[in-house]
Amino acid sequence: MNEKYGRITREGLWNNNVVFAQMLALCPLLAVTSTATNGLGMGLASTAVLLMSNIIVSSVRHLISPEVRIPVYIVLIATLVTLVDMSLNAWAHELYKVLGLFIALIVVNCAILGRAESFASKNSVPDAALDGLMMGMGFTLALVALGGVREILGSGTLFANAHLLLGPAFAFLETTIVPDYKGFLLMILPPGGFMALGFLLAAKRVYDRRRAERADAVAAAAAAAN
Amino acid sequence: MKLEELRTKLGYQASLLGSVALLTSAALAFASLATGPDIKAAEEADLKQSLTQVLPGSYDNELLKDTVTLPGGEGEVLAWRARNKGKVEAVVYRITGYGYSGAIVCVMGVSREGKLLGVRVIKHAETPGLGDKIEPAKSDWILNFTGKWLGEPSIDKWAVKKDGGVFDQFAGATITPRAVVKAVKEGLQFFEANKVQLLDEAGGEK
Repeated sequence: MNEKYGRITREGLWNNNVVFAQMLALCPLLAVTSTATNGLGMGLASTAVLLMSNIIVSSVRHLISPEVRIPVYIVLIATLVTLVDMSLNAWAHELYKVLGLFIALIVVNCAILGRAESFASKNSVPDAALDGLMMGMGFTLALVALGGVREILGSGTLFANAHLLLGPAFAFLETTIVPDYKGFLLMILPPGGFMALGFLLAAKRVYDRRRAERADAVAAAAAAAN
Repeated sequence: MKLEELRTKLGYQASLLGSVALLTSAALAFASLATGPDIKAAEEADLKQSLTQVLPGSYDNELLKDTVTLPGGEGEVLAWRARNKGKVEAVVYRITGYGYSGAIVCVMGVSREGKLLGVRVIKHAETPGLGDKIEPAKSDWILNFTGKWLGEPSIDKWAVKKDGGVFDQFAGATITPRAVVKAVKEGLQFFEANKVQLLDEAGGEK
């Protein structure tokens, strides 16, 4: 049982990462990651929606006819996003002013429909909830990584304006990496996003292959010792 | 009949879609009712905050309710009036300039005498790092407008330095400040042209 949860966690965070492995949700990813803070905000909002949509889809999975599942999922997800959007606007207006743009973008995040279709509709509620949480965290990780790289190269800061998103207590996150930096505009603009994403993807591939090779070598050595 | 069999029936699928649509619409309608007043209050607070940025000093009327709509350069202009003891001390309205990437929406406050109390950009899509120096968070360029009027600098000097005016442009971005200067100048001309209605003592809330 524990092994299953471990597998779901590893799949979500790394092996089957929404961005770095499934290559989904690239549109919101490239749109918002001009700073690490924006990436974090989008990631947290997406995680919340992903968690809720996975739970709901999983709990009604026996009732849904396979023939009409896609429209049902889309309506459910769009409703959830709108509910989150409205309640944040009403009751957490300061946060909404920072996140408002991203929340509407979650509807077009195909990763959420993807998880509903490929995981939540086939698995129990606790599994689906964990999957939603972990996929969301993996997505957040990718967003923060890409946002961080673009922000450091583009404006020389990291987590600028974090206090607007997380409250004044998190102002310590705001660091200036390169003082007196003139800025490298390309990295902030969309083409820079594609480039940074390409390098990050390549880096993950290289790392995964090295790790696989090392595991093979260890296995071979063990076999030779026997 | 078992659920698996039922699920393949056309009628079941149609009613499933129908009931999902009904349930979600009901949830949305309920949420809209529940959040509506709070959203309205929050947006009014936002609006008030953006207006008071260009309106130093204190006024004794309800700014948001004391409005006048006048025909302007493009469509109608909604102006908010700030009063003390019924006398209009200042007016605030929105102006729009067209920069490098679309509309730049600003709000400007003008005193009774026609002097600028302040200008702030509230919405724009200018290039980050170049054109976005019109935001007070990035540069204090926009504060230069405070205290200016159509006689200071004289009307033909209301332009960026590149065009023979007095306002600085930014390195690498002339179009954005040019658009803002033009919009502010037109905003002041709008004030002069509609002074009588804007400062009218009658109408609105006292």
